[in-house]
Amino acid sequence: MSYPILTWIVFAPLAGGLFILFVPKKSVNLIKAIATAATAIALTFSILLLLKFNYSNPAMQFVEKASWIPSINIWYHLGVDGISVGLIFLTTLLSFLACIGSFGIKTRQKEYYFLYLLLSTGMLGTFTALDLFLFYVLWEIVLVPMYFLIAIWGGPRREYAAIKFFIYTLAGSVFMLLGILALYFSSMPHTFNILELTKYSGAWTLGFQIIVFIAFYLGFAVKVPVFPFHTWLPDAHVEAPTPISVLLAGVLLKMGGYGFFRISFPILSDAAHYFALPFAFLGTINIVYGALVAMAQTDFKKMVAYSSVSHMGFVMLGLASLTVTGFNGALLEMINHGVITGGMFFLVGVLYDRAHTRDLNHFGGLGVKMPVYGGLLSVFALASLGLPGLSGFISEFLSLLGAYPVFKLITTISVLGLVITAGYFLYMLQRILLGPANEKWAGITDINKRELCTLIPLMILIIIVGVYPMSALKYQMTAISALIQKIGGFAF
Amino acid sequence: MNILDTFKFILPETILLLFALGILIYSLFTKNGNFLGALALAAVVLASLCLPQARASHAGLFFNMLTDDAFSLFFKVVSLFVAGLIVLVSMGYKALSGEHAGEYYFLLLVAAIAMLLAVSSNNLLMIYIALEMLSLVSYILVGFFKKDNLSSEGALKYFLFGALSTGVMLYGISLIYGLFGTTDLTIISQTLIAGQVNILVASVLLLLILAGLCFKCGLVPFHMWVPDAYQGAPTAVTAFISVGPKAVGFAVLLRIFTKNFFPLYANWADIAMLISIFTMTIGNIIAISQTNIKRMMGYSSIAQAGYILIGVVVGTASGMQGVLYYILAYVLMNLGAFGCVVLVSNSVRSDAIEDYAGLYKKDPVSAFCLSVFLLSLAGIPPLAGFFAKFLIFAAAIESKFIFLAIVGAVNSVIAVYYYVKVIKYMYLHEPKSKDMEKTSAPLQIAVAITLVGVLVIGLFPHFFLSWIGSSQSFFSP
Repeated sequence: MSYPILTWIVFAPLAGGLFILFVPKKSVNLIKAIATAATAIALTFSILLLLKFNYSNPAMQFVEKASWIPSINIWYHLGVDGISVGLIFLTTLLSFLACIGSFGIKTRQKEYYFLYLLLSTGMLGTFTALDLFLFYVLWEIVLVPMYFLIAIWGGPRREYAAIKFFIYTLAGSVFMLLGILALYFSSMPHTFNILELTKYSGAWTLGFQIIVFIAFYLGFAVKVPVFPFHTWLPDAHVEAPTPISVLLAGVLLKMGGYGFFRISFPILSDAAHYFALPFAFLGTINIVYGALVAMAQTDFKKMVAYSSVSHMGFVMLGLASLTVTGFNGALLEMINHGVITGGMFFLVGVLYDRAHTRDLNHFGGLGVKMPVYGGLLSVFALASLGLPGLSGFISEFLSLLGAYPVFKLITTISVLGLVITAGYFLYMLQRILLGPANEKWAGITDINKRELCTLIPLMILIIIVGVYPMSALKYQMTAISALIQKIGGFAF
Repeated sequence: MNILDTFKFILPETILLLFALGILIYSLFTKNGNFLGALALAAVVLASLCLPQARASHAGLFFNMLTDDAFSLFFKVVSLFVAGLIVLVSMGYKALSGEHAGEYYFLLLVAAIAMLLAVSSNNLLMIYIALEMLSLVSYILVGFFKKDNLSSEGALKYFLFGALSTGVMLYGISLIYGLFGTTDLTIISQTLIAGQVNILVASVLLLLILAGLCFKCGLVPFHMWVPDAYQGAPTAVTAFISVGPKAVGFAVLLRIFTKNFFPLYANWADIAMLISIFTMTIGNIIAISQTNIKRMMGYSSIAQAGYILIGVVVGTASGMQGVLYYILAYVLMNLGAFGCVVLVSNSVRSDAIEDYAGLYKKDPVSAFCLSVFLLSLAGIPPLAGFFAKFLIFAAAIESKFIFLAIVGAVNSVIAVYYYVKVIKYMYLHEPKSKDMEKTSAPLQIAVAITLVGVLVIGLFPHFFLSWIGSSQSFFSP
């Protein structure tokens, strides 16, 4: 492993972005080509990473380490294990597909693709960084391009949504910064190394761990988002342009969940046990509350946004269980949700581009006019509501299965969320595809080839993981078992 | 040491003085502002080349009035850097061109001399004289547009507040002389360590000096002059007073409070902490509602001073390191931001934030640079401002000033709102007018230098940290 594969994955998009800065504004096609090539390089390398990845080894692989700021022991330290490998693949895949999906952007393309690629680097870096300082820097780098992408190319209330997203996430993450510093000064010798810090977890008092856990929680919970920090999400998701909504739902939400897996739970394991019950409780609120609010929506995009809140509840519930099964479910749910909801936002975008409205009550009978679209929408909706045989079912089932022995009542209530989810997705399908055809949409065209290209890979993934879950689970199982052992959870 | 020998240690000051007088005389014969500016720049460059090396044994110069330790050298470099960039910015500032260029550059060089003297003074009297020299020059510079009401108003307010607070400071110095029998800081700190004076009385006197320094640094409750002076002054002068006197004020603050009066730490730390909290919060909250960019930057600079003060409150070596690094970063990003403001005001002729609408279309480079500087001020990684805040918060957490760190963190979130507001106008709104004048080369050079600086010290702070580490070598609590 002599060549730095992770550095390639993380910085290929940024290199493309810097390249774009020197391309004249008018050569739009060249800009698009560079952006697509840059994300394609990252995707290629991440597929290579999947192939070369040794999934029976729970330790960090492909580690790259170089001194950055020696006087305070900060390192450029990247690595990948079973927890991050799937998320890296998901991120590169969605970055590539959403880049193709971005061809519909008609204004200020040069700035758009530069910011888009910067965003991509930030997200990939977050999933690979093993130094807390580096992690924080890359985590924060995501905010600025995201602000611009929503604020310039978004919907009517874009300015409000963008600044709300920015302030919310920043407010959460500055507390995370204080938590990082607290960890740094409590370790001896002082270190930002995530792997080193996990060795200290026994040495710290519960009180200290709880305070630092809360500091990190504020940073991660805003991103997930956990109730009651979720209010930025519907605004940001609804106002963002389609490709950005895809990345928001598909990748950004996972950064918070990943933070729990990588930092909060392994490093502060006593506090993790202490907070298991509140976690489960918040997870249930997310599931049920998110589903109920989604059901009440008439805006298609807002409904999908709230369904994200509901689905991320399963991640929280699986984490709270502190069991191998629950953790596997939670991690797989993050990846599956990224694929499914990413696809859902593409589908919302397809419809909106044609109809220029997202009001569910204005549609009807589109199944006749757009048969291919109708088929795809049904597959993604059924996957999202957890139909067995599709990927969403596997991860939700594993989460619930892991959580049931630990929290019987809470898990039982959470299952109700699944029923509501089925309700609003089917109601949505009924309102869009079935019923009497609305005369207004007589001239509507079916999905085109470019849009199909962005959706087919995601659908294939949904079916593969749904039919043969081990194809995805094999990457993460060893790492999850090692993690649970370290935390002291249940080997169930 | 022979007095004549010591003169080689003030060679930079001498060079600046000679050039300043030369410019004043030469301006009688020419009206060419750019040539005079180039002369001033040459003076600053020459002076920087002649900076003496720091010696391990910092013997007193001029009867122990001045010292040449590594700490003063750090601030001398910063001061000359500021002076050089301000000359560049002024050369590109259209509103300043004309008949008074000679006087203007003369005053700037005199201000540079005052800064060099203030940061190397080791005697309360010398500190007072140097600070007063700097203040008087600043008052005149702020009121440089004689016929502009805002400029005159700002200068008058600046002068009245300055006169009052330096008066209080002088009163404190005279009482300290009564108590210690000297104004020499070295002797004072020896007396303190020996415990020969009443600690309570000494710490009350210290507060009087703190008042004078709070004025220089623009700290609450001596910040009232800041917005008016910033708004009224010629923009190049605003850039100068937002960094120059502030850096000098902090240099003196560190020298007096953390070096010489450290035995009284417990007596002033709480008060400094309150000042820091109020400075950050008041600066940030009032900045939100500003519509004039210079005024907003005024309140922003108040808030920034509050963050810097956290490092002083902490009072440890890492706190010091944070303060020095923050000042370095602050100088770069604030000067850069004001450089962009000058660029814009040259063609828009307005400082209203609304008039920044659509700057991305009219002048993409300026819009990009200003965004970088504002994001750096807001503390977004990987820019210099982030690493500065990181060091300050780290020092606070290390010494268990958790509350202070939390207040600082919350404040940096509030601050994002008004910095991003400017960016919002630049990138999200459509321009009102199309034209944008060609900008002058010196100003572009100044902005480019600061832009590179903000990126480099943010991404590769290691070299600067080791420089700072050697500059604070005297510090041993």
